[in-house]
Amino acid sequence: MNLPPSAQLQLTETGELRHFLSIDGLPKTLLERILDTANSFVVVGNQEVKKVPLLRGKTVVNLFFENSTRTRSTFELAAQRLSADVLNLDINTSATSKGESLLDTLRNLRAMHSDMFVVRHSQSGAAHFIAQQVTPNVAIINAGDGRHAHPTQAMLDMLTIYRHKASFDQLKVAIVGDILHSRVARDQVHALTTLGCQDVRLIGPNTLLPTAAEDLGVTTYSDLDKGLEDVDVIIMLRLQTERMDSAFLPSASEYYQAFGLTRQRLSKAKPDAIVMHPGPINRGIEIESEVADGKQSLILNQVGYGIAIRMAVMSMAMSGQMQQRQVMEASQ
Amino acid sequence: MAQPPQLPDTPSLVADLVQQVSQLIHHHQIQDPLVIGIHTGGAWLAETLAKSLNAPLGKLDISFYRDDFTQQGLNPKVNPSSLPFDINNRHIILVDDVLMTGRTIRAALNELFDYGRPASIKLATLCAINGRQLPIQADACALELQVTANQYLQLEGPEPLQLTLIERTTDESAS
Repeated sequence: MNLPPSAQLQLTETGELRHFLSIDGLPKTLLERILDTANSFVVVGNQEVKKVPLLRGKTVVNLFFENSTRTRSTFELAAQRLSADVLNLDINTSATSKGESLLDTLRNLRAMHSDMFVVRHSQSGAAHFIAQQVTPNVAIINAGDGRHAHPTQAMLDMLTIYRHKASFDQLKVAIVGDILHSRVARDQVHALTTLGCQDVRLIGPNTLLPTAAEDLGVTTYSDLDKGLEDVDVIIMLRLQTERMDSAFLPSASEYYQAFGLTRQRLSKAKPDAIVMHPGPINRGIEIESEVADGKQSLILNQVGYGIAIRMAVMSMAMSGQMQQRQVMEASQ
Repeated sequence: MAQPPQLPDTPSLVADLVQQVSQLIHHHQIQDPLVIGIHTGGAWLAETLAKSLNAPLGKLDISFYRDDFTQQGLNPKVNPSSLPFDINNRHIILVDDVLMTGRTIRAALNELFDYGRPASIKLATLCAINGRQLPIQADACALELQVTANQYLQLEGPEPLQLTLIERTTDESAS
C-alpha cells in the first residue's frame, strides 16, 4: 500500500486503525467504518445502562498539554462508557521544556502500562511525534494539535451529516468562519472529499481563508450570501475571540454583519439545510440565537454524537493496537 | 466435495423447540416469562416463541460484549439491543439459534445483568453442536449434532427460517 507517512503511522499492516491522528490519508472505507461504528454507539448513550465492556481493564490517559474542558470531558465520558479506567493529566506546557522532558513524561506513563493516550497539544504534529515514540505499545488519539488537526471533531460533524442527510456525494457543504486558524476545518475538508462530497465551500473574510484552497479540491467565498446558495449543510466554526483584536478581523459587530448566520441568510440555503457548530457558540457574533436554537440546528445533537465518535475511534484503535501486538509477539 | 448430511426440516425443529419451552415453563412453574432473542437468528426464533407463549419480546445484540474483539475487531453495524421491559425479578427465556462454544451466551448473560437482576434465565437453542468452551448448556434444544471442524450451522431467515449445515471449503478454513 502506498500511503502518505501519517496514514502509515495510523494503520496496522492489515489496514486497521491503530492511532487516530488526522483524517489526511485515511481511506474512505475506514472513515465509513468509523461512522457505522459510532452510529451503533449513539444508541448506547440512549440506553438506561450507558456502558459496554469493550475496553474493560484498559487504561486511557487524557494527556492535555492545552486546556480544553469540553473536549476532555467528552473523551473521559467516552472512555468510561467503554469501561476503561481513565487518568486525566493536565500538563502545563510552560513547566515542561519540550523535547526531553516530554519524552520523560511519556516514559513514565508507559511504565504505568497505559494502553491509550488521548493527546491535546498546542503544537502541530505533537500527536504524531508521541505516536512515533510509543508505537507499538500505546494507541494515540489526537484531540487537537496546534493548527494541524482535530480529527474526532471533524468526524463527529461527518456523523451528524451521515445521520441527517443522504449520501455525501449529493451534498453541498459550506464551512463558515476562521478557516485559516482552524484545525478542524482542514480535517473536515479531508473527510468530506474522501467521503465523496463534490461541492465543499469555505466561506470567510479573505484574511481568514487559506491561500491554496483549490489544491484541496474546494472553492472559497468571501461573500456569505453567495456561498450559502443552495447548500445542504452549514458548518459554523467557532471564532477565537482572541483573534478579534488582531489585524485579521474587524470588530465583532462588523463580523456579524458580514458573516453571522442569521435567519435571513439561512434562507439562501436549501429549506431543509442543517446547521452545525462545535460549541461554545458566540451568539450574535457567529450566529443568531434564533438560528442556533431553531429547528434546522443540530448543535445539541452534536454533543452526543461527539461521545459516540470518540467511543468508536477509541475502540477501533485499541482493537488494531492489540491485533498488531499479537502479530508481533507471534512472530518473535 | 462431500454432500453435507440432511437436517430435519426447520419448521418441525422450531415447533419442537416451542413445545419444549412450553413444557419447561410448565415444569418449573414459571410465571410471566420474558422471551429475549440474541441477534439475529435467536431474535427470529424468539419472535415465534414470544407469539406462541403470549410473552413480551426483547432482543439483544451482544457485539459490544464479545470477548474476542481485540482479535476480531468490532462489527461496525451493531443493532441496538431492545429490552422494552424491566428484567428485575423476572423469569427470562434466552433464545439463540446455534449453541457451540457458549461464548455468545456468556456475553448475553453479562449484558442482561447490566440491565438488572432477573429471577431466573433458561436457555433455549434450536440446535447445539459440539465445541463447548464454557460450562453452558441449553435447557431446551430441538437438535443435538456432532459436526466436523470444517462444518458449521447457519440459520437463514426470517421468512422462511432455514437451518443449513455448511461445509467450509479448504480455502475458507485456511484463512
